[in-house]
Amino acid sequence: MLAYTLKRLLAGVVTVVFIATATFAAMHAVPGDPLTSGKARSAEIRANLKARYGLDQPVLVQYGVFLKNMAKGDFGISFTQQNRSVNDIIREHFPISATLGVLSLLFATLGGIVLGSVTARFRGRWADRSTLFFVVLGISVPGFVFAALAQFGVLALNRSAGTTVLPVAGWGGFRFMLLPALTLGLGTLAFLTRLMRSSLLEIVNQDYVRTARAKGLPPWRIFLAHQLRNGILPVVTLLGPALAAITTGGFVVESVFAIPGLGRYFVQAVQQLDYTVIMGLTVFYGAFLVVMVIAVDIVYGFVDPRIRVATEEQ
Amino acid sequence: MPTRRLTLLATTALLALGPAAGCSGGGETRAPGVLRLVMSEEPPQLDSTRATDQVSNEILGHVMEGLTRYGKGGEIVPAVAESWELGEARATFHLRAEARWADGSPVTAQDFVFAWRTAVDPKTASEYAFILYPVKNAEAINQGKLPVAALGVRARDARTLEVELERPTGIFLGLTAFTTYYPVKQAFYEARPGRYAADAQDLLANGPFVLSRWIHGASLVLEKNPRYWGAAHVALERIEIPYFTQDPSTAYNLFKDGKIDLTGLDRDLVGRAQADRFRMKAFAAGSVFYAEFNHRPGKPTANYHLRKAIQLVFDAKEYVSKVIGVPGNRPGVRLIPRWVPAVGGPFWKEYPVEPVRLDLDAARRELELAKRELGGKIPALVWLTGDDPGTAREAEYFQYLFQSRLGVALKIDKQTFKQRLAKMTSGDFDLVAAGWGPDYADAMTFADLFASWNENNRGRWKNERYDVLIRNAQASIDPKTRMDAMAEAERILLEDVAVLPKSESGRVYLQSPKLTGVVRRAVGTDPDFTHARMEP
Amino acid sequence: MSGPGATGEAAGAAVGGAAARPIPPRALGPEDFASAPRTDAVARSSRPSLSYWKDAWIRLRRNRQATISLLIICGLVLFTVVGPALWRIDPNRPELSRISEPPRWDTRAEVLAEPPPFGETVLADVPPSLTADGAMLPSPASLELIGRATVESVRLRWAPVPGAAGYLVYRSTSRPGGDYLGLPMGEVAAGNVVSFEDAFNLEPRTYWYSVVATNGAESHAAATIEVTLTPGISLVDAKVIDPTAKPGDFVSRPLRPFGTDFLGRDVLARLMSGARVSLFIGFAAPLVYTLLGILLGGIAGYFGGKVDHWVMRFTDFVLALPFLLFMILFKVAFGSGPGESGIGPMLVAMIVLAWTGAARLTRGQVLQLREQEFVQASRLLGARPTYLILRHLLPNTLGVILVSLTFAIPSAIFAEAFLSFIGMGVAPPTASWGSMCNDGIKTFLVYPHEFLFPAAAISVTVLAFNLLGDGLRDALDPRMRSVE
Repeated sequence: MLAYTLKRLLAGVVTVVFIATATFAAMHAVPGDPLTSGKARSAEIRANLKARYGLDQPVLVQYGVFLKNMAKGDFGISFTQQNRSVNDIIREHFPISATLGVLSLLFATLGGIVLGSVTARFRGRWADRSTLFFVVLGISVPGFVFAALAQFGVLALNRSAGTTVLPVAGWGGFRFMLLPALTLGLGTLAFLTRLMRSSLLEIVNQDYVRTARAKGLPPWRIFLAHQLRNGILPVVTLLGPALAAITTGGFVVESVFAIPGLGRYFVQAVQQLDYTVIMGLTVFYGAFLVVMVIAVDIVYGFVDPRIRVATEEQ
Repeated sequence: MPTRRLTLLATTALLALGPAAGCSGGGETRAPGVLRLVMSEEPPQLDSTRATDQVSNEILGHVMEGLTRYGKGGEIVPAVAESWELGEARATFHLRAEARWADGSPVTAQDFVFAWRTAVDPKTASEYAFILYPVKNAEAINQGKLPVAALGVRARDARTLEVELERPTGIFLGLTAFTTYYPVKQAFYEARPGRYAADAQDLLANGPFVLSRWIHGASLVLEKNPRYWGAAHVALERIEIPYFTQDPSTAYNLFKDGKIDLTGLDRDLVGRAQADRFRMKAFAAGSVFYAEFNHRPGKPTANYHLRKAIQLVFDAKEYVSKVIGVPGNRPGVRLIPRWVPAVGGPFWKEYPVEPVRLDLDAARRELELAKRELGGKIPALVWLTGDDPGTAREAEYFQYLFQSRLGVALKIDKQTFKQRLAKMTSGDFDLVAAGWGPDYADAMTFADLFASWNENNRGRWKNERYDVLIRNAQASIDPKTRMDAMAEAERILLEDVAVLPKSESGRVYLQSPKLTGVVRRAVGTDPDFTHARMEP
Repeated sequence: MSGPGATGEAAGAAVGGAAARPIPPRALGPEDFASAPRTDAVARSSRPSLSYWKDAWIRLRRNRQATISLLIICGLVLFTVVGPALWRIDPNRPELSRISEPPRWDTRAEVLAEPPPFGETVLADVPPSLTADGAMLPSPASLELIGRATVESVRLRWAPVPGAAGYLVYRSTSRPGGDYLGLPMGEVAAGNVVSFEDAFNLEPRTYWYSVVATNGAESHAAATIEVTLTPGISLVDAKVIDPTAKPGDFVSRPLRPFGTDFLGRDVLARLMSGARVSLFIGFAAPLVYTLLGILLGGIAGYFGGKVDHWVMRFTDFVLALPFLLFMILFKVAFGSGPGESGIGPMLVAMIVLAWTGAARLTRGQVLQLREQEFVQASRLLGARPTYLILRHLLPNTLGVILVSLTFAIPSAIFAEAFLSFIGMGVAPPTASWGSMCNDGIKTFLVYPHEFLFPAAAISVTVLAFNLLGDGLRDALDPRMRSVE
């Protein structure tokens, strides 16, 4: 298991270098010059700036310098926030995005498993149909629309209550996180609910479930020991990607609820062609996701012994 | 939106929200004298020698003070300097004895010398170094041809600053109120290499407020500066900026929820503000928006008759009313907007311009001439624009205008900010939506835009007479001579339809009824809270 | 396979009969070791036999939600394909006199006379300048209309206020009160100019105009007048509809059943052209990337070993690219030139980035199935890979893949909407549901029709695909049968 993990981690490092290369290439393929600004700069001021950011070097040299610094864990200074290193930006804003992401994933996963189990248990009945319908209805609205409507709703609530029941926007304690996390997690919740449901329904007719039933095990034990554990498998596979979707998809929620997360830096960096921030954030997120995927695969192997055997045999 | 007026604004006036400010009310109790605002983003650069953007300039306007500042009516008033003598070759400023840094030390002439030298030093790579070019040798130093010490500024004594000018500069006094001209204390700056202004404790204030707390990306807190020489007249105890958002609707919702005290309204929000019955205010925000024609050889828009035809089908009133949709904006008729002063009164009154009226028949005649000169057919034109909200609406309007009134196809080229700039620089467009915010309160901040040497003249319009007039105006310190020259230059520009003026920006905003004394202005720190008060 | 019939039944009975026959104890003869007569009928079931897909279709039709969804989707396709042929309104043509007009059935409008040129009323006598506090200035007396107030122009006149250096004019959609006056329409910058023309985006409704005097400070006293605007159409616009129109006539304007947008364009027509963009992206992108994903994931899962290793490393690599950032980065890097809609780069970016989900899902399923007894049995019996894949692995993966595909279509529609939200969606004037929604939500509380129609279009589509997907999934999955 340890050897396997190490092997995966090593592969992960290679992946991160690939990501860095892809980002570097894509970024330089974008026409435009990061050092232009709304106010035209004279040749000498441009030259001064280029020297400051090392853009006077050939592209390959820039790439080499970047990789070297990246290995040291230094992503350089932002082009637009000229007093801040990309490391600072990540250090200060990632925890916020991560808190929001974890909270909404928690909401989505727990909600998904519970609702998925309920709908599977009451398959075809009223509880199943209505839950599914509302879950699906909830995700039939684009994220930004839902976020905006949620904000209108809270505003109306606060006004009718005459006090601040929930904050309209901003970042602070748990009260501030509640609405954004729910909004952010809704799509994943619906996805996981349906996945959980379908995966549970497949299991209902597996031999081992039938055997367990034949043994006379109480239904709840069959459910917990056999169905849930196996039904959760596809959910686990998707946690990695789901986390990725949630953390990067945070942009809408961060933007609407004025949350100081990393999402806005992503979008701004591309619009502003802020080379160091684009590189830093992509590589950071890439590395983060690689670790997540590895973790999920390990967990998957743990939950499903068949996979573990298969991988260890290799 | 105030300060960073220098810049070419986003592409359009439609995004009329500034870094709005705001304060609170609502369900929670707040200490008296505390103002709460929202800003579009956190200040990217609070080092005054390098700041370029509006948000940074606004914050710097609260915490710093230059030799002079803008008064309530837009006039230049004494600030750190209590008096001055301004000549053709040199200017002398006498600093007030009570001017203090927030650490208690006096603001000295040396602090200005250090700041200005830092700004023109090529190693600093300040984008705004050019604004110091009126100071002797600044340009040569910035190009690396002379040592920094050669800059024509020296401290005769702690309270006397002497400036040698490169050439007579009529606008020099106005420049001294500008961000890049703010003082910086050398010992403080050098004590934190590479970190000056990076955090709240790394910025030494000499203005009405100090930056007391800065949680990056999340909040800023400014407190009254007790050591400020005018502190007796500063009523606000604290300015809190706990929200950063670029979503105007979120800012509005925060205002409605009583969380902030000031917010701007765009076209989409004026209707809501009416339904919610908020008191609305308006002011002229100072910028001019226009479409630049590409005058490079071979471009159809280099043809005068085509430009004239386009001008004749464009109704600026209709554009402002239906497309911008926020009153307070004015139809664009000229380059130099209404708020700009001339000699004894507003520029527009002393040098009136006859607006061009919509005239479809005349336009058709001009179009025929253009077709003949361009070989029978007008090719589809390219309208370069950005990705800010509102730009699409404007582009679609112009597309309709060209198609329906001229029968000319217009292709919209929507690009992200940097790509648009790249295309503007390389001339890859026929028309481009552009705008300009003033750096100082003088017609020259607009008039020199289309001089052939100006890098912001993206369409590369070139007119020798215009260039001469601008040179003359720049070299004179006699107001009448300068204004006459600039008015004549503007007339030439309009007559040749070098650009198509679209609008002069105005802004409608909401302000908490408890907040009074806020000064909104076209140039200088805006909003200015120096004399604002917040009733309990 | 042969169909049900009398032969089958008879054969069944015969077999049954044979089984029931008592066997008398006797010595066996060679005749007992002759082959039994072949009867094909033995294997025939007593139930009508159906093909997999036919069966699925029947079961799908039994699912009411799925059937309705299918009908809705067919309707959408009709709406998109046939709609523009029937509703021939140019979706990109602005009508500036009908900005943000809600749906209205009465399209008749009076042709308005051209108002005479407006000249400011300038009094010869400048009001005496007083050093009074501006806030204490009285309200202007006798505020009144000049001429008729129409949607083309409203003109006001008032009596000068002593001490005023100018006047501010406000316009409100409700009666002013408290310190609320409405929208600041403009400033008259002299005490002796006592008139104002408002032509600013007027709607056919009642407005309240307020005028206050200023002299640096704004007066607290406002004069207010209630003005109900005559609806109508300008002579210029009327002549486009009816060249013979003259002032006072009534003309019928084109019907706008879903209202108009912020540039006066027909919302219905834009909804149709937006459907083309949104549905195209919604169908094309997921189809291509899901197929790609199934292919790669299936290969990896089935062959295992080195193939699996390399395919999955590649998948990890693509998966590790932050989707949003690369979506934007690719879209910007591929670029779109003047006049292009930008759909192409969007599609390519989506396909390049989004296939990994389907690949991982397929691989996981295949890995799991590969180890199951029925597959192993089949393999032992000598089944070839193609047979195994087509007969066992693919059909058994289909359920989960379908679930992911039903989600892929809505999420592609949403991805487009998201790009619109950050200003990187389709280029103007192309409409998409996402961009219409994003424009509409901003004025949702004031002009709900601009938001509700596109939002409903997105939601209904996404809902329909989800419910159809659910139905399909149940119908297609053979393991579901016995549950019913």
